[in-house]
Amino acid sequence: MPTLHTVNKSPYERSSLRSCLDHLAEGDSVLMMEDAVVGARRGGKFVEVLKAARPSCTVSVLAPDLAARGMKADDLAEGIALVDYGGFVDLAVANARVCAWL
Amino acid sequence: MTGQSKRKKFLYINRRAPHGTIYALESLEVVLIGAAFEQDVSLAFIDDGVYQLMAGQDTSGIGVKNFSKTYRALGDYEVRKLYVERESLAERGLTVEDLMPISFEDEEDDYAEKPSILVADRSEMVRLIAEQDVVLSF
Amino acid sequence: MSGYEMNGTIAEHDEEGYLKDIGQWNADLANLIAKNENIDMTADHWEVVNFLRDYYEEYQIAPAVRILVKEMTKKFGKEKGDQKALYALFPYGPAKQACKIAGLPKPTGCV
Repeated sequence: MPTLHTVNKSPYERSSLRSCLDHLAEGDSVLMMEDAVVGARRGGKFVEVLKAARPSCTVSVLAPDLAARGMKADDLAEGIALVDYGGFVDLAVANARVCAWL
Repeated sequence: MTGQSKRKKFLYINRRAPHGTIYALESLEVVLIGAAFEQDVSLAFIDDGVYQLMAGQDTSGIGVKNFSKTYRALGDYEVRKLYVERESLAERGLTVEDLMPISFEDEEDDYAEKPSILVADRSEMVRLIAEQDVVLSF
Repeated sequence: MSGYEMNGTIAEHDEEGYLKDIGQWNADLANLIAKNENIDMTADHWEVVNFLRDYYEEYQIAPAVRILVKEMTKKFGKEKGDQKALYALFPYGPAKQACKIAGLPKPTGCV
C-alpha cells in the first residue's frame, strides 16, 4: 500500500520538498500544502523537479492554501491536481500511511 | 480487534540538526514515552537529522542540555533500530565513524552487545517508510 | 521561591520539590529531601539513589520505572530489581520519589 507524503514548506526556503521527492516509492502521492503550494506554480524552478518525480506518483496542491496566496488553478504547472479539504481526506484514506516532510 | 492488539510498526523520521530547534529533543522524548507502549519502533535520521548522532557533542558553551547521551539509553527502552541515511551522511562530508557508537544488549543472545546504528541507502529508506503502520516526523 | 535550607544556604526547588540546580546536590541534602518525604534513608535507599545518579550521569535522563527495575535486576539481582521492593522503599514511586531525593529532574513522561 502506498504512502501519502505531505510537504508544508516553500521549496524556495527549505529542502523538504526535495527530500520528499527523493523518498517516493512507486505509486505514492504528494500533497503540497501551506507554503509548499508556491512550488507548484507554472514557470517556477521546481516544476521540472516535480515532473521528474511524477511518472508513477501523483502530485496535488491544497486549494484553500493556493487561493490564500493569490493563485488559481490556472497558475498550477501542468499535471498537478488541485484538491480541497475533502480531497485531502480522500488521499489520506487511499494511502496506508501519511509521512510529513516538515 | 479482539484479545491482544497487534504490535504496530512505528517510524520516527528525524531531519533536523539537534540544538537550534526543539525538534530533535521533542522527538527523543516522544520516543522514550512511546516506548512504554511496546511497539515495533524504528528511528530514521535523514538530512541534517544525522547530526543528532554526532560523537563528541559539547553543549556546555550554549547553555542547553547535552541530550546526545540519551540516544545511548534507547537500547534499554527496546528501541534498537536507528537507521542513518548513507546519502545524507555523504552530502555532509560525514561517515558513520563520525557518529556515536550506540549499542544494545540482546537478551535473546546471551546479552551480546550489538550495534543499534544501521546505515541505510536512500532506497532502503524508501522501503522502510513503505512497511510502517505509523510515520511520525520531527 | 522555595528551597531546602541547609547550613545557611538555600537550594531552590520547584513546586513539587525537585531541585532546580542539580549541581547543588550532596548527600546531606538528599537526607533532608528524604526527611521531607518521610523517608529514612537506609543502605537500600542509597543503592537506588546512587544507581539513578549514575544512570543520569551516563544518559542524561532518569529511567522509567520498568527500566529501573530491569537495570537494578541486572546489577543487583532479582530481590533488588523488584517493583514491589522498590515501592516499599519509595511509596510514591521509585522513579518519581527517588529521583527527587537524588536531585534529578522528574523522569520523562511522569505527570
